[in-house]
Amino acid sequence: MADFVLYLRLFQYGFRRHSTYLAAALAGAFTNTVFGVLRAYVLIALWEARPGLAGYTLAEAVTFCFLTQGFIGPMQVFGRGLSFGDRIRSGDIAFDLVRPAPLLLWSLAEDLGRAAYLTIARSLPPSIAGAAMFTMVAPVSPWFVASFVLGIVVSFGWRYLVTLAACWTTDDRGMHTLSSLLTFFFSGMVLPLGLFPGWLRTVAEASPFAAMVQVPADMWLGATPTWSGLGFQLFWAVTLLGLGALLTVAARRKVVVQGG
Amino acid sequence: MGDYLLLAWTWARASAQYRTSFVVSIVSSFAINALDVIAIGIVFTHVTTLGGFSLREVMFLYGTGGVSFALADLLFGNIERLSQHIRAGTFDTMLIRPVSPFVQMAADGFGAHRIGRLAQAAIVLGLALPVVPWSRAWMVPVMILCGIVIFTAVFTLGAALQFVLVDAPELANAFTYGGVTLTQYPLSVYGEQLVRGVTYIVPLAFVNWQPALYVLGRPDPLGLPGWLRFAAPLAALLLAGAAALAWRAGLRRYRSTGS
Repeated sequence: MADFVLYLRLFQYGFRRHSTYLAAALAGAFTNTVFGVLRAYVLIALWEARPGLAGYTLAEAVTFCFLTQGFIGPMQVFGRGLSFGDRIRSGDIAFDLVRPAPLLLWSLAEDLGRAAYLTIARSLPPSIAGAAMFTMVAPVSPWFVASFVLGIVVSFGWRYLVTLAACWTTDDRGMHTLSSLLTFFFSGMVLPLGLFPGWLRTVAEASPFAAMVQVPADMWLGATPTWSGLGFQLFWAVTLLGLGALLTVAARRKVVVQGG
Repeated sequence: MGDYLLLAWTWARASAQYRTSFVVSIVSSFAINALDVIAIGIVFTHVTTLGGFSLREVMFLYGTGGVSFALADLLFGNIERLSQHIRAGTFDTMLIRPVSPFVQMAADGFGAHRIGRLAQAAIVLGLALPVVPWSRAWMVPVMILCGIVIFTAVFTLGAALQFVLVDAPELANAFTYGGVTLTQYPLSVYGEQLVRGVTYIVPLAFVNWQPALYVLGRPDPLGLPGWLRFAAPLAALLLAGAAALAWRAGLRRYRSTGS
């Protein structure tokens, strides 16, 4: 029970920390919307030439576009690491690793708080603007909400690994760039994964990145069977969080050896 | 000019000191932008023309817009970090130095790694050049030059906006990075209102679209007047004038945060 209260607090702190920057979030939402409009027109041109491509109708393709623009904030599609990355560089991570609450759960609670705020500030505006300007389709299944949350957890699991990797590499910038490249391309942010050719599509659709963007969007559109979609996301969430827990143990040893 | 070169050279040398990090930044700048081209390639596996333009022609648009943007970004793009400097109080330092604050902002932290983006766009442009007939090739350097001026002006307008909206610098991204994204595809794919907007209000259509219609010998899909194809220098000058006025106005109303 005490644990639950602690994580709830951390969730609230994450939410509040980000809600301080309302203007920044709204500016981000505006930019996401502008990019959504540009992407939508390209997809419309493509779907008008090839109706039914990747199994989507034109309206579904436009919906996919604005939904995924809305995912940029909560799912951190640009792959930015977690806030404790700075603390690894300064060495303060040594304190975080010996706190009574495990770093993994603690930062997960905080990150969910962040995502909850960004869902309101950065996901709703592009979706509403998209629906006002273009024809979009309504969600097919209520399980979209679960899929959306799982998408955030998978994104957290991935970013946790990327951030913690800084304990081993002295320059973490390359790692972060690689992460944003992979996330952006293989999640379905650039184009729906159904458009990818052959093996590239197979790889992308099996990757954890698909679980962040493509699967939640397909859940909204009803383009993927509910249980296989959720199962796929759950698999990646458990795998990445498990790896994160293992890596935390290793990091603790590593940091102690270095002397913090 | 001399001040700018000196500052830029100093920053470039500073960043090249950390060689691995520098190389990684150049490669990643190249790779991230290459994703756009891969996306265009994937789109063209499903269609032969998009908005009435072939893959080569779209690559020509992408290459010219991309080279213009990469150069503007390399030379002046740092101006978009104005709000960071205002919040940190470091902008005040720039105001009391004997060099124009615009030059200092543009050269500050000169990102030499951005040549990665430039190289990527230049390669795409090189691959697309066979679509350009010899007699109309003179337009290519003209459009790139005008594109640089237009994008620099957009960067400056975005920075001027940050004097007012210190907390929302990302707003400018919609016009700068949004602008270059817009120019990557033929404007014929976008809605008519949007095309009129970027022709007459924010003249991004003159970065590559209007001049490219001339180079590729195409009629305007929206039926806009033919002289617009040669109006890029005029549009660039007008926008640059507006940006200069906005920057000065912003500078005049700037009040230090005192921190």
